[in-house]
Amino acid sequence: MSSSELAGQAAAIVSSRTLGYDAKVRRLASVAASLLDYPALSPACAEALEHRVICDMYEGNRPFTPRYVLPDYARALAAGVRHLELDAPRTLEDALSFLTILYAHVPSVTTYPVYVGDLDALLEPFVPADMTDDALDAALRRFWIQLDRMLPDAFVHANVGPGDGRVIRSIWRVERSLRQVVPNLTLKVSESTPDDLIADAVETVFVTAKPHFVNHAMMTADHGEGYAAVSCYNSLKVGGGAHTLVRLNLFEAVRRHDGGLDSFIVDALPAWVELTCELGEARIRALVEGSGFFESNFLAAEGLVDIDRFSAMFGIFGLAECVNELMARQGRPDARYGHDDAANVASYRITEAVAELVGARPLPYCAGGDGRAYLHSQSGIDLDLDATAGTRIPIGDEPDLREHIMTVAPHHRLFPAGISDIMHVDSTVERNPWAMVDVIRGALGVGMRDFTFNVADNEFIRITGYLVRKSDLVGIDEHGSRHSSDYLAATAEQNHSVLPRAIKRITAIELDPLALV
Amino acid sequence: MTASPASLDRVGRLADTIEFSAVDGPGNRFVVFLQGCTLDCLACHNPQTIPLVGGRDVTVGDLVEQIRRAAPFLSGVTISGGEATLQAAFVHDLFAAIGAEESLARLTRFLDTNGDAPRSTWDALDGVLDGAMVDLKALDAATHVRLTGHGNERILDSIRLLHERGKLYEVRLMLAAGANDSDEALQATGAWLAGVDPAMRVKVIGYRAHGVRRAAASLVEPTAEQRQYYAEVLSRVADLDVTVV
Repeated sequence: MSSSELAGQAAAIVSSRTLGYDAKVRRLASVAASLLDYPALSPACAEALEHRVICDMYEGNRPFTPRYVLPDYARALAAGVRHLELDAPRTLEDALSFLTILYAHVPSVTTYPVYVGDLDALLEPFVPADMTDDALDAALRRFWIQLDRMLPDAFVHANVGPGDGRVIRSIWRVERSLRQVVPNLTLKVSESTPDDLIADAVETVFVTAKPHFVNHAMMTADHGEGYAAVSCYNSLKVGGGAHTLVRLNLFEAVRRHDGGLDSFIVDALPAWVELTCELGEARIRALVEGSGFFESNFLAAEGLVDIDRFSAMFGIFGLAECVNELMARQGRPDARYGHDDAANVASYRITEAVAELVGARPLPYCAGGDGRAYLHSQSGIDLDLDATAGTRIPIGDEPDLREHIMTVAPHHRLFPAGISDIMHVDSTVERNPWAMVDVIRGALGVGMRDFTFNVADNEFIRITGYLVRKSDLVGIDEHGSRHSSDYLAATAEQNHSVLPRAIKRITAIELDPLALV
Repeated sequence: MTASPASLDRVGRLADTIEFSAVDGPGNRFVVFLQGCTLDCLACHNPQTIPLVGGRDVTVGDLVEQIRRAAPFLSGVTISGGEATLQAAFVHDLFAAIGAEESLARLTRFLDTNGDAPRSTWDALDGVLDGAMVDLKALDAATHVRLTGHGNERILDSIRLLHERGKLYEVRLMLAAGANDSDEALQATGAWLAGVDPAMRVKVIGYRAHGVRRAAASLVEPTAEQRQYYAEVLSRVADLDVTVV
């Protein structure tokens, strides 16, 4: 991009009447970073990136923070934070204040913390036995309002569960009464999670479309006990995170291949996976070796993150179009992913092949993933006009709920870093939350790692995993929005007509500040 | 009573099935709609299931296989209709087959019934039935005849019997404005139900014109406020567990 073009972009940002002050600062920084050279890539890798067969999620030319950082908040609360001159808190009030301050200093690709902690486990020890539920609700309500107003971004994500407690029950009550976008929420569900805690969560979904549900047993098998779901459904190690997210557009890959399923897997996929990993490696080295984040940031210096608990994320998307194209080449244009056994089997062969290739490709500074990238089903960006998010079944083409679950479930074990399928249910479940408890238990039981559902006609819409309120999107072009993520949703809405089909899953964007100016 | 062994080959007359239903009993349920009904309700929203002819043949084994696929996601199975008890032998064998299969035995087996069945039917089903949801169109016999074409004596007997046996899950009152929703009718119904079980689960269902036959044109849908009012009238009579749909 020429310097006059960059100046034009900067001028447009500065003079915008809809962007707020914070948004302008962030976007100007992004323009500045784009002046730097991209990390060195082979010609084949650069070409694949230029044609968007592989993508870097527009993280910027020169990363200076890991994409996702998951500080060990339990350790911070126990030991205090020297850099911030914060002693270990002793009361609930002190703990909430401590965390609020710490959040302001946690970096991420969005500039907001994508993980604010396993809040029930963190806060439960600070709740005095004689504190009433009303007093607890009032304290958490103030904290929740602070989160939404100070960190106005739907990728800001809290985790709760798998156990019961006073804090988690209070959080459901506060969520239902405030109806905020922030924080996004995940409930960890294990065998021992009480059914009525899940039912309480389900009733919260009816009001706020939160929480998301994760399979605790699968997650701990892949990451150990110290994991969390952050941003929009990226499961990573606490005290660690993801340096970067690179992704492969399977539809673009198959378009560039002459031949059927077998030859695509044997002849084409290995090269594309290698190019994607090359891109990841270049970005990881630029971050770790170039920016010095892990040498200079206080989170690393004080042991709140450890580079050995980091890896990178390898995302795939456009599986549906890839499979459908390969089936058409076999003379089966009618055989669609989600509706045909042969198409579904093809989809499993493809994700298994990608998982095997990614598992065989060492990457530097990725000890959190045993030296390999974590596979991730990537939900997509607003510019992906003809490729379905991740491994999802295309919007509007989903089969019935059970069929839908059974089609996607076999993919889930392969994606330690998360795979967000969104299930649609009609509003009759609102009179019977226990029906949803059955479905969630069943879905996790048949091997789903991540489970999210949207109820028809809800005020909240889930885009890739992050939430927006329909009412916040009205008129965003004229007056802007308080939540940074709403701009992404508005673009997604324009490109994918999310509002008319509000309950349908859609492809959406994570971050492309320049595209939004 | 002990259940006699199930025949997987037994054939029933099926209207349709639904894999996942949130409105046919506790939790998520697989619902079997059998063809044919003993009553002829004006307000029936599935009138095509009333005639004894129609639907298609299905074996117990066919349905067990479908239920097996959905089982991980279910609390149970509900057989509805039409009127399920018209095919009591089929109901018995399907429920017995579910109870006999290890992976399905945890599923609860419910009937959604109009209650218009003789005691012998309930005796035959007792060993395989976990709960019943019984419709009561009207307590007053004349009103019942007007709305359904039949009297309600057997239905009231069934409600009492199922309660005695611990098999009554809920009674459903389908109320249409001006037809069976007077304060007097509601008060009498509430008192009668409370006489059977003071804490009875009662579901107030407002009549919906969607799907009904032309003959039902005289029936009027109650508003949300009216439905709420019905629940209040019922709750004033006794401490019933009333929900409104």
